[in-house]
Amino acid sequence: MRVLAAVSGGVDSAVAAARLVDAGHDVTCVHLALSRTPESSRTGARGCCTLEDARDARRAADVLGTPFYVWDLAERFHDEVVSDFVTEYAAGRTPNPCLRCNERIKFAAVLDRALALGFDAVATGHYARIVSAPGGPQLHRAVDEAKDQSYVLGVLTPEQLAHAIFPLGDTPKPEVRLEAERRGLTVARKPDSHDVCFIPDGDTSGFLRRRLGAADGEIRDHDGTLLGHHDGAYAFTVGQRRGLRVTSDGRPRYVLSISPVTRTVTVGPRADLAVGALHGVAARWFAPPGPALECTAQVRAHGEQVPAAARPVTDGVVVSLSRPLYGVAPGQAVVLYAGSRVLGSATIARTVAW
Amino acid sequence: MAYLDHAATTPMLPEAIAAVTEQLARTGNASSLHASGRRARRVVEESRETLAQALGARPSEVVLTGGGTEADNLAVKGLFWARRAADPRRVRILAGSVEHHAVLDPVAWLVRHEGAVVDWLPVDAYGRVRLEAVAEALERDPDDVALVTVMWANNEVGTLQPVTEITELAHAHRVPVHSDAVQAFGQVPLDFAHSGLDAMTVTSHKIGGPLGIGALVLARGVTPEPLLHGGGQERDIRSGTFDAPAAAGFAAAARVVTAERARRAERLTRLRDRLVDGVHKAVPEAVLNGHPSDRLPGNAHFSFPGCEGDALLMLLDAAGVECSTGSACSAGIAQPSHVLLAMGADEAHARSSLRFTLGHTSTDADVDELVAAIRPAVDRARRAGLARMGSGA
Repeated sequence: MRVLAAVSGGVDSAVAAARLVDAGHDVTCVHLALSRTPESSRTGARGCCTLEDARDARRAADVLGTPFYVWDLAERFHDEVVSDFVTEYAAGRTPNPCLRCNERIKFAAVLDRALALGFDAVATGHYARIVSAPGGPQLHRAVDEAKDQSYVLGVLTPEQLAHAIFPLGDTPKPEVRLEAERRGLTVARKPDSHDVCFIPDGDTSGFLRRRLGAADGEIRDHDGTLLGHHDGAYAFTVGQRRGLRVTSDGRPRYVLSISPVTRTVTVGPRADLAVGALHGVAARWFAPPGPALECTAQVRAHGEQVPAAARPVTDGVVVSLSRPLYGVAPGQAVVLYAGSRVLGSATIARTVAW
Repeated sequence: MAYLDHAATTPMLPEAIAAVTEQLARTGNASSLHASGRRARRVVEESRETLAQALGARPSEVVLTGGGTEADNLAVKGLFWARRAADPRRVRILAGSVEHHAVLDPVAWLVRHEGAVVDWLPVDAYGRVRLEAVAEALERDPDDVALVTVMWANNEVGTLQPVTEITELAHAHRVPVHSDAVQAFGQVPLDFAHSGLDAMTVTSHKIGGPLGIGALVLARGVTPEPLLHGGGQERDIRSGTFDAPAAAGFAAAARVVTAERARRAERLTRLRDRLVDGVHKAVPEAVLNGHPSDRLPGNAHFSFPGCEGDALLMLLDAAGVECSTGSACSAGIAQPSHVLLAMGADEAHARSSLRFTLGHTSTDADVDELVAAIRPAVDRARRAGLARMGSGA
């Protein structure tokens, strides 16, 4: 097959590409330039898409002996991922930019272009497995559950999945690093990247404040009591406890909800965070769902998995949880699994208290 | 495989390889006074004489540098500093809008850090600097102009510039002129004395010499402020240990390209015209950029409407044809060519371009390979361009 391997400059995508070369595929490495103003080097383990990363990606391709190109997707990434991130926060929701990037960049813009250019598939270093089955390819959790990234791939459509390759899904991360050493890939000991790649200093609320400006509002207790003021509702996430700076009766308070219109942040005890059901919109299914589905639900990357019953409705899906989940925010994705298999996903629009 | 990127770098000539290799095995710092030093010094000075002869200059006018970029920086920054030091009013630079980044970026740096003011000289649709714009910019206030810099031939579209005419205009106001002749050397006749220029950049690896050496030809009495301070080599204008092996290789290549220039130019022109015809037959909608005849013999530069240059480049690379988008890269990210934009092209046209450049090892078979590969590549790149736009928000 002619495979386009997306290489970030990290260890995972380099080993993924190497495995495809070994398997005899005709591999071309492509580094996606996603930042409009790339930093020259990384600060610690944070961020990505620096010029140093591009150089590391090129070195990996050199070692593998594959062609290497940089595709400039900075404008596209800005429009589809960064702007979406800011807009979602401004609307009081909590987006997952990695998931959005997979949905709209890696397996949309990049995949479309790759197919048009004559490639058969796009490969990445994601930790997830694709299992072929009579009804079409299935997406499964990685063997290394601690690194599993099936959640951020749960938004893919069956068509996108049919052209995706994840060569690392069956390998624990420490083995991937050892393999990189063995192959002479210089990125073997490079730290994993964390956090949101376009916020290299990790200061999400500062990033949002620079884009959205100050937007002060009230912080009210769940019974309506005014507890204080804030200067930007987007600095808060449902379920957040730290940094509230409110004085109350000494019991811990958590963010329960954020109203983007009145800019009121409502806080309350942890018990009030318990969610028993979710209404998801923009549902995507890897297989046509039946009227009721026994499954497990996950609402954040590396989050808890809760047994649930899912019922497709006209505009999405209603997921009833068998035990409460805490800190579920609108905008997050719910991904539904049967065992290790991803059944589908939806964007959480509303939550129902436990 | 067809290597059609000689303007990026061209294979070293056997004569140059032999000259470099011979010197690499010898010891001697050309500044040393003993016999080994004198022997090395002789190699450097004989090389300088050969280069001077090839360039229509005097040996003392040839300042060896670490390459074309350094020579351009030395000319632009050094002349700016020297001219301003002599008269603080001189802060304006007249620079061609289609210059190579080795000129553009030093000018931009002077604007940012040294209070320079720049007039970017506009070009016509072929990429030729407009003489009336040069005259107008000079006459506006001749006393505040530090220097004029206009390349001899454009590195992307190959268009030749009216360097002699520009020099005449500037000299009427006693303003010095620099020209980056990196792409012109070996392809068109270069005569420094006849051109009237005050400074001219050339580099070795574009003519089949080694990488890492170039020269700034400086007319007598023209003394830029140095960029590098140290041992005082090269008339105290460019310090650094003399590089005898590189100088010998540069000179050997210069000797060959000068002796064979006319014959080579004729051969390259014929090959280039075949290439242009072949591409037009395969892809009738392809647009040849630059001047149809007043251009470098080895250069063919096209826009392929509806395609992205970087997609085409990748597809041709996979088909064994090596060329260039001809534009600046930062971490490999293709920017729309400032040259085509200055020529009046829109961004899509600028992004759809490819540069094919021929050189001393090019053959008819290379041209045939390109002509066979270009149509399928264009069709595919166009579909990819549509896919990219179609899936946009």
